Amino acid sequence: MIRALFAVFIFLASIGSAFAVLPDEMLKDAALEHRARAISQELRCLVCQNESIDDSDATLARDLRMIVRERLTAGDSDAQVIGFVAQRYGNFVLLKPPFQADTVLLWLLPFLFLAIGLFAAWRYFKQPGADTLELENELLKGD
Amino acid sequence: MTFRIATLLPVSLFVVMGMVLAVGLNRDPKILPSMLLNHQLPQFDLPPLDAGNPKMSSDEFTGKGLTLINVFGSWCVSCRYEHPLLMSISKDPRFKLVGIDWKDGADEARQFLLQYGNPYALIGADVSGRTAIDLGVSGAPETFVIDGKGQVRLRIPGPLTPQIWDQQIEPLIREAQKAL
Repeated sequence: MIRALFAVFIFLASIGSAFAVLPDEMLKDAALEHRARAISQELRCLVCQNESIDDSDATLARDLRMIVRERLTAGDSDAQVIGFVAQRYGNFVLLKPPFQADTVLLWLLPFLFLAIGLFAAWRYFKQPGADTLELENELLKGD
Repeated sequence: MTFRIATLLPVSLFVVMGMVLAVGLNRDPKILPSMLLNHQLPQFDLPPLDAGNPKMSSDEFTGKGLTLINVFGSWCVSCRYEHPLLMSISKDPRFKLVGIDWKDGADEARQFLLQYGNPYALIGADVSGRTAIDLGVSGAPETFVIDGKGQVRLRIPGPLTPQIWDQQIEPLIREAQKAL
């Protein structure tokens, strides 16, 4: 019973976001429309900054979705369409930031911290054991 | 017990991170750098708000001294907030203030200007919002300072304030005056 209610709730909650893309925006060509959706999900809406333009109900997001579809219809590649928007609004609109000079820290710091963590863990688990073993040996010798 | 530099490492890391995050906290994430800064103004051609007036073309901002382009809309609440400032600077002969009426109805825009005054020497109507997107506009109001070469020298997202005017725009006006 609770599960069924939960399912209904999840369904209702999903309606809002599922309908940001209005039917009249969609392209007739299913393959192009599929690409447009995928591109839209990677572009940040500038009005409500933590939503993609695919999720956002903002007018600017709608206009950008139309531009994405226009460019695709005109024969642009996915990268060209994303470049068209990024040229105007900067890399900030890319929900997945590119790997370049000023984003090196962003991409590599997690790996650096993982390495530091692994090293610390290795030190922590290895040394005490070795120390006590040496101590034990010394004590045994002393006997 | 021997003193080891390694014991200072976590503390120094904490201090460095604290400083980085403190800077981050004090920056407004809504203010994005303009892609157009120090670049040529993109080409556009906008019909006038009132038929009979000249259209607004990006070409006419080159070779004519400083131009301020203000993106506004009658629907925009913070435009009302900055409007008195625009009115007070509109008679300044050192630059030309023009307006882009963004995604607006012509009647509403005319009503807005009738009610609050018209500070613009020229108004282009960007009904589709395409020109605003070419300019990288994300919300109204937004103001661009264009120099005599047609290059974007400054972009102010959000309403202009006397403080922004004195600290950021006035120096550019003086610089342009010297160049003349």
